[in-house]
Amino acid sequence: MGLRVVQWGSLLALGVFSILVGSFDLAAGDLWNMAWFRLLGLVRSLAGSGVGAEEFSRLRALWEDQLEMKWEILMISRIPRLCSILVAGSSLAITGLIMQRITNNRFVSPTTAGTMEWCRFGVMIAILYFPDASPFWRVGAAFLVSLVGTSCFLGVIARVRHGNVILVPLIGMMLGGVVNAGATFYAYQYDIVQNMASWLQGSFALVIEGNYELLYAGIPLMILAYLYADLFTIAGMGRTAAVALGLNHAGIMRVGLVIVSIISSITIVEVGYLPFIGLIVPNIVSIFRGDAVRKILFDTAWLGAVLVLVCDVAGRMIIPPFEIPIGVILSVVGGVVFLSLILNKRSYA
Amino acid sequence: MIEVRGISKRYREELVLRDITTALPTGKMVAFIGGNGAGKSTMLNIICRLIEPTGGTVRVDGRELKEWPSRELARVLTILGQSLHTPARLTVEELVAFGRFPHSGGRLTEADRRKIREALDFTGIWDLRARFLDELSGGQRQMAYIAMAIAQDTRYIFLDEPLNNLDMSRAVRIMKLLGRLVREREKTIYIVIHDINFVSFYADYVVALRKGVLCRQGPAEEMIRPEVLRAVYDMDIAIEPYGGKQFCVYYE
Repeated sequence: MGLRVVQWGSLLALGVFSILVGSFDLAAGDLWNMAWFRLLGLVRSLAGSGVGAEEFSRLRALWEDQLEMKWEILMISRIPRLCSILVAGSSLAITGLIMQRITNNRFVSPTTAGTMEWCRFGVMIAILYFPDASPFWRVGAAFLVSLVGTSCFLGVIARVRHGNVILVPLIGMMLGGVVNAGATFYAYQYDIVQNMASWLQGSFALVIEGNYELLYAGIPLMILAYLYADLFTIAGMGRTAAVALGLNHAGIMRVGLVIVSIISSITIVEVGYLPFIGLIVPNIVSIFRGDAVRKILFDTAWLGAVLVLVCDVAGRMIIPPFEIPIGVILSVVGGVVFLSLILNKRSYA
Repeated sequence: MIEVRGISKRYREELVLRDITTALPTGKMVAFIGGNGAGKSTMLNIICRLIEPTGGTVRVDGRELKEWPSRELARVLTILGQSLHTPARLTVEELVAFGRFPHSGGRLTEADRRKIREALDFTGIWDLRARFLDELSGGQRQMAYIAMAIAQDTRYIFLDEPLNNLDMSRAVRIMKLLGRLVREREKTIYIVIHDINFVSFYADYVVALRKGVLCRQGPAEEMIRPEVLRAVYDMDIAIEPYGGKQFCVYYE
């Protein structure tokens, strides 16, 4: 119980802090005044306009002077950005957890299995052939292509299952590299390399109200992952164990794969390529809490959200008024953590 | 009762099982013996619906495998495969609790918890219940997997080479435990063992395979004989009586 309080508390604190960081000045006092103004307005509408008239007129003057604009920035940019970060971070961490469990390999994730590259390939096809399609259809294209691609990957690794654990992600990255090369070739042919590059670089800078809401589709998928949590754990114990417990191993793999592909596709389309989250977050959680998916699902989602939030805020604070894209920061942080995980592998894996 | 009728298995050109028909006894410790590639594991896997036979049928308690819903069958028989997997970081208790999955589907009832406790007690790993599997020794881990099978509470338990990579004292402890399961809990255990002396000392019944053919089966005391073992393993094995049991000497 105490752990949950700390987790929610730190998330709330970080969230509020992240709202205040940006090129437009927004202070904690402004947040307080806005909340106070709204609350007082509500109270007055219920209890009559005689209540707190003096205070209210002070706040109203403040509101018209500057708070209204700050409120709009909050509602149009800062809060959507925070929401998209929380959803993208937690759902990507969970895709990593699902992939690591169903393949029983700690080094598999959407980044190392090539799923992200397949998604980009799907997006490119959508841009090329259906340039006017809405983000929803881009996600659809990315989903279909990444589902096929990741299934191919799983098919390949099923044949090398006795191999080294490092071999599996290497195969994934190779496949991803080939897909990437193909995508770049076509992008070059059709002169959309620039366009493609923007998909490569993950960033929350362009998130505003109205263009990120598709990310919320990740929430029901996370709930689905929770319902399947025990099944993913069992699938990770191998096909024999799953069948011995009366479960359909291939069916569980399919459900996992669909969840992973949808979430990866949505994130690629809405915020771009966010590397390493699915790889490092489940590994860190596993050290402390183990691999029982039901038990660690919340911890994984939490750590994913916190990691992305911290990296995003850092990106906004390092060289103001400019911003370092979160993809860059995640690559650096993720690379370092991943390396140390590999080097310390013996101690826990 | 498990009946096998005319099962065969072909991998590409190679026939690994040829037309095996037999009825396996119940209420006993039944050992499957035979050299490498004799088809023991294949036969176990077919009976436990892990692989499709190329031909033939398996009946469990009078019902064909295909007619059993998988989850229902999981309350009647279970299999412990060869542990090739790197273990997940589950605690012993979490692992054993998964044994109740066919009964409760993940929501543990009080009865489930009692079964889990019993299984941990029976295998003597109650004290290890909060430890992670990857922090245990090979023998302790094998014990945890067996506890999971016990918690599953099936009539038939299949074990594919459970003694692999275990030292002698742990192997003996596991065999004694399995013997108690047969006698005290009326389980039927089907087990693949390579060391013929473990078969001689602990098994009640022996099924011998050779190159995919069922070459002989019978009570252990009829099977642990030089001429039978010669037919199974293609080697001369001397047999010495030792404390009422037969001791097989196959070292030169």
